[in-house]
Amino acid sequence: MGKFNKSGGREMPELNTSSLPDLVFAFLFFIMMVTTMREVTLKVVFHAPQATELQKLEKKSLVTFIYVGQPTPDLIKKMGPATRIQLNDAFAETNEIQDYIAQEKSSMKEEDQPFMTVSLKADKDTKMGIITDIKQALREAYALKISYSAAMKVQ
Amino acid sequence: MARKKRKAPGVNASSSADIAFMLLIFFLITTSMDTDKGLPRRLPPPVPKDQKQNDAVDIKKRNLLIVLINMNNQVLCGDEYIDIKQLKEKAKEFIDNPNNDEHKPEKVEVDVPYFGKQMVTKNHIISLQNDRGTTYSAYIQVQNELAAAYGELRDAISEKKFGKKFADLDEEKQAAVQMIYPQKISEAEPKNYGNVKKQ
Repeated sequence: MGKFNKSGGREMPELNTSSLPDLVFAFLFFIMMVTTMREVTLKVVFHAPQATELQKLEKKSLVTFIYVGQPTPDLIKKMGPATRIQLNDAFAETNEIQDYIAQEKSSMKEEDQPFMTVSLKADKDTKMGIITDIKQALREAYALKISYSAAMKVQ
Repeated sequence: MARKKRKAPGVNASSSADIAFMLLIFFLITTSMDTDKGLPRRLPPPVPKDQKQNDAVDIKKRNLLIVLINMNNQVLCGDEYIDIKQLKEKAKEFIDNPNNDEHKPEKVEVDVPYFGKQMVTKNHIISLQNDRGTTYSAYIQVQNELAAAYGELRDAISEKKFGKKFADLDEEKQAAVQMIYPQKISEAEPKNYGNVKKQ
């Protein structure tokens, strides 16, 4: 009476993978949105100091970075262990900062220029002397909005 | 001749997942996820070269709190050595002046939206001075403690008035709270103390 066809056994249904590329693309776009391209290769070693009262930097396009720290291990042989400033891809001296800032400023839209922020990414063992020099240079260049980059302190 | 309709052969899409994965991995490697965080500050505009240096002229002594970090990263607050952990309380006491101490900043009546007339220590200034030999992390820690002092005072008054933290208030209310506790940290002109070698 009952028609239970047992011949052939049960087969695993094939998993439909046709939408897999779409899933991956969606994920890809998500990653592209939330991350930023690393534009410069770091030539200085820097460990950010820790702090708790941090604020996020808004608008990545308005931010200019200045890196301060010791050269990387393979460059330290050539340059010595003295603390260096890195602007974009090259080492620089404090007197070059003003030109660099002016150049960065001119590449921005005019209405954005007052909101330009300089993020100071300095190693935690840097001496304040060099930071003070940078600050003075930034003042001269009228880049008055700065941010001391720091990592969140874990309690 | 009856022509048969030609069917376009379907594109084999089975490898597009692999292509997408390759792109994904490429972006994962070349980008950085870390959002940049920091302590925002405003620098004072540059001093014109012909102007004479006459800092701290009109500031009354009671309105000024000098925080000095020396080259051994010790903190001098007012005129005593303190531990970095005490700095926040010291700063809060100074900014708020709850007991109307005559050695702490004077209070001025200010008309603040939402709050009405308030006695505010409007003219207080925290002057942050450092040596060329101070390490950056000590400096950031002090900056952080001072920011925390302001943050806690603002949070306290926001909770009391609006029942929310300062960060959760809308812009107008934030501005009102900022009027009561204006952040006035002056990063002094660099000075050289003692025997410090130039870098």
